[in-house]
Amino acid sequence: MTQLTLQRKLSILSDAAKYDASCASSGSVKRSSLATGGIGSTEGSGICHSYAPDGRCISLLKVLLTNFCVYDCVYCVNRSSSNVQRARFSVEEVVGLTLDFYKRNYIEGLFLSSGIIRSPDYTMEEMVRVARTLRETHRFGGYIHLKVIPNAAPELLAEAGLHADRLSTNIELPTDISLETLAPEKKPSAIRTAMAHIQAKREESRPDGKLEGKRKPTRLAPAGQSTQLIVGADQATDATILGRSAALYSGYGLKRVYYSAFSPIPDASSKLPLAPPPLMREHRLYQADWLIRFYGFDVDEIVSGGEDGLLDLKLDPKLAWALGNRGQFPVDVNRAARETLLRVPGLGVRVVDRILSSRRHHRLTLADLARMAGSIDKLRPFVEADDWSPGGLTDDAKLRGKLTPAPKQLELF
Amino acid sequence: MRSVRLEALNDFDQWRAAARRLLLDAVPPDEVVWLDPSTPQDLFVTENAPAEVTERKVGVVPQRFIDWAEAGICHSDPERFALLYRLLWRLQKDKALMEARSDPDVGRLDRRVSAVRRDAHKLKAFVRFKSIADDSGLERFVAWFEPEHYVLERVAPFFVRRFTGMMWAIVTPYRSVFWDGESLEFGSGGHKADVPAEDAMEGVWKSYFASIFNPARLKVRMMKSEMPVKYWRNLPEAELIPSLIRGAKAAEAEMIERQASIPSSKHLRRTERQVEDEVPEVEITSLGAARQAIDQCRRCPLYEMATQPVFGEGPDNAEVMFVGEQPGDQEDLAGKPFVGPAGKVFDAAMTEAGIDRERAYVTNAVKHFKFVPRGKKRLHQRPNMGEVKACKFWLDLEREFVKPKLIVALGATAVASLAGSSTTLGSVRGRVTELADGTRMLATVHPSYLLRMPDRAEAERERERFVADLREVRKAMGH
Repeated sequence: MTQLTLQRKLSILSDAAKYDASCASSGSVKRSSLATGGIGSTEGSGICHSYAPDGRCISLLKVLLTNFCVYDCVYCVNRSSSNVQRARFSVEEVVGLTLDFYKRNYIEGLFLSSGIIRSPDYTMEEMVRVARTLRETHRFGGYIHLKVIPNAAPELLAEAGLHADRLSTNIELPTDISLETLAPEKKPSAIRTAMAHIQAKREESRPDGKLEGKRKPTRLAPAGQSTQLIVGADQATDATILGRSAALYSGYGLKRVYYSAFSPIPDASSKLPLAPPPLMREHRLYQADWLIRFYGFDVDEIVSGGEDGLLDLKLDPKLAWALGNRGQFPVDVNRAARETLLRVPGLGVRVVDRILSSRRHHRLTLADLARMAGSIDKLRPFVEADDWSPGGLTDDAKLRGKLTPAPKQLELF
Repeated sequence: MRSVRLEALNDFDQWRAAARRLLLDAVPPDEVVWLDPSTPQDLFVTENAPAEVTERKVGVVPQRFIDWAEAGICHSDPERFALLYRLLWRLQKDKALMEARSDPDVGRLDRRVSAVRRDAHKLKAFVRFKSIADDSGLERFVAWFEPEHYVLERVAPFFVRRFTGMMWAIVTPYRSVFWDGESLEFGSGGHKADVPAEDAMEGVWKSYFASIFNPARLKVRMMKSEMPVKYWRNLPEAELIPSLIRGAKAAEAEMIERQASIPSSKHLRRTERQVEDEVPEVEITSLGAARQAIDQCRRCPLYEMATQPVFGEGPDNAEVMFVGEQPGDQEDLAGKPFVGPAGKVFDAAMTEAGIDRERAYVTNAVKHFKFVPRGKKRLHQRPNMGEVKACKFWLDLEREFVKPKLIVALGATAVASLAGSSTTLGSVRGRVTELADGTRMLATVHPSYLLRMPDRAEAERERERFVADLREVRKAMGH
C-alpha cells in the first residue's frame, strides 16, 4: 500500500467523522493559558470558528484516529463490510494537527473518535494517549471531546475523563431491538453501562462546596457526557425516541442527546432505506427535546401535538401543542406566571424574562410585545395585553391553516 | 447648544467625564451635539475645543447601564454618544428605566449592545492567524480582521488568555494589537497588505473544511446567517463554498444511487469465523451461566430503559437468601443489589441483628429497574405482577443453584413473587412459613419503606421492628 499524505489521511478520517453531530465546545470549566504559559483556553461558552454549507458549525477538529473497524454496523460508513478507503493516524499526527489548527485560531479543540481496532481497550488506550500528550506534553488548555468505546476498561474511561472536557457514548438507535439488528456487535446494556460508569466516576470526582450558587463542576469530564442516536434508519416513532432521551437525561446526567437524521453514506449497505435524510424530523426532535428540558413540557404533551407518536412536521411542537389545547389560552402577559408564559407559542426564555422585567415598570401593550418578541403573528391569538384581546381568534377553526407556514422553495445560491 | 468632540472612538471613561460635566451643568440631551470622532476635525470651527470634563460623581445609575454603555460605546453608530447621554439624562428621573425593555431608547441601546457583542464574538471566531517564521526559527502569528464595530480592545484580553505562549498580532483598519508573550500593546490601524497572504497550513485546513461538509444536508441560509458573507474575504476556507454547493446535489445523488458493493474478502473471512464461534443456545446449568444469560433477557419490557440487569450477589452456597423488590437508581448504575440508600439501611440493620451480609445471597424479585423519568431524576415505579412473574424465571434459577435453607422476603413484591400474589405481607410477617417446595420463608418489610416514613418516632419504631425480624432470621438459621 502506498503511503498516504497527512492531508489525504485528514480527508479520509474527517469525512468518516462527520456523521457525529456534536460540535459543542461549551460548558466546561474555565482554563486560561496565562496560568500555564502554553496555549489554549476554555471560557464557558464555546466558539464556532466556521460553518460548512450544511449549516453546521465547525468548532472542533473532528476526526477519527482510524476508520478501520472490526464492527459491522449497517448504518456506519466505516463498517467492516464497507469498501471505503481506510487510513490511520499516529497519535503524534493528531496531536500535531490539533496544535497547528489551534494556533491559527481555526478551532476550539479536538473531537476524537475511532473505529475499533484490535480490541476496545487498545482503541481507547490510543485515544487517551492523544489527550494525555496534548495536556501533559504540550500544556494544551483547549477543549477535548473523546468518544467512549463501550466495553473498554473502567480505568481507561476514568483516565479519558481526566484529560477530556466531554465524553460521549453513542446510543446509536432508540431501541435495543434496532441496535441489535443494525449493529450486531454492539450491546445496548454495555453502552448504557459505560454511561452509568462515567456518571458515577464523575460524581465521585466532584469537589464539595458551591461555586456561584451551583454545585462545583466535576473534575472528570467537566463538560459532561452526551450521546447521539440516528433518526430514520429504523421504524421508531418520535414518542419512542423522546422517551428514550428522557430516560437518558434522567439516568446519566447527560448534557445533550443529539439526533442525527439518517444520512446517505458512501458505499451504503443494501439493508438501509435509500431515501434522503429526514432533516425536518430531526429539527422537530431538537425542538421537542428543548421544550421538555427547558420549558416544562413532558414527552406525552409534546407528542400529543402530532399523530401516531410522530411530531407534526409542518408546525413547531409548541404551536402544535397550543393548537390542541386552546382552552389554556389566551394568556394575559401582564399577569401570567413565568411557566405559563413559557408555554405561549412565539415566546422564548429570553422574551419571557423581558416581559417579567418590563411589566414591573408599566403595563404591556401589543406594541411593547412586538418590540420585545420581534414578531407577533404567531403570538397574537394566544395572548392578552393591555390593549389587546384575541376574541374569537383563539378558537378560530381556521387558525391552524393560518399559522402553518407555506412550503418554501428550495434554497438557491 | 453645546457640542462635544471626544478623542477616542470607544472610550467609556472619556465619554463619562464629558457626560458628567453636562449633567452637572444640567444640559438637556437635545441641547448637545456629539461630534463623530471618526470624521476629521475641522480646524476652523470653534466647536472643536476639547470637551469639558469632570471626574466628580454626579449621580447614581444602575449597573446595567454601565455594562451596556461600555459595550454600546464600541458601536459604529455615530449617534451612540447621544443615545447614551439621553438615557443617562432620563435615568436621573426614572431610576427603573433600564428595566423597561419595551422603551424605544432602551431597546435601541439593547440592539447596539447585542450587535457589539456579536461582532466581538465574530472577531474571536473568524480571526485567522498566519504563521511567520524568521531565520532563527522563531514563530510569530499575524492576522488581519475587519470588525464592523470598534471591538478590538474588548477582545484582545481573550486572545491573551488563549495564546499566552505565542507571539501574535491582530491588525484592523482602526487599530492593531500586539502580544510579545508578556505584555499587550496597541498601535494604529493598518491594511490587509500588512499581513502575509497565505499560510502553509491553509491547504490542510481547506481539505478538512471540504471533508467535514455533508453534501446530503445542504443548508446554505443557515451557514450564511451564522457566517455572514461580509466575513468571507478573510476566511481562507470560504473560497471553497461555491464549488462545494455546486457539487453537493451530485454527490448526494451518487451516494444514493450507487449500489452497495461486495464486502472485502477480509471482512467475509472474519464474519465466517464469527459464525463458527457462535455458541448455540444451551440450557442454563450454573449460577454463573444464569448471570451471563440474563444480559439478553427480553421476558418483559423493562430491559429497554434500565441500564443493565442486576443479578443477585453472594456465595453460591449461602444458607440464607434475601429477596428485595427491584434494583433502584444506584443499583441500576452500579449493577449491584442493595447499594443505594435502602441498601445502607439494610446493611445497618443486618449489622445490628448480627447477620453477616457477606455470607448471605442478596437479590431482587425483579432484576431490572423500573422508573419514570422526571427531568434529571428517575422516579421508582413498583413493578406489576406481569413483570414479577416474568422475572420469577431468574429468581427460580437462583433458588435452584444456591439452595438456601431460608429465604427472607423483603416487602410485598418479594412475598408475592415467592408465595403467590394472594399472600399478603401482613399475614406472614415476622415468622417462618413454608413455600410450596418446602423451603422456609420469613417475610418482613422492604428497607425503603423505612426511608419513606415521614414521622421520625414512627420510623424508629418500624426500624426496631425490622431489626427484630432480622433477629428472627438469625434464630431460624440456628445461629
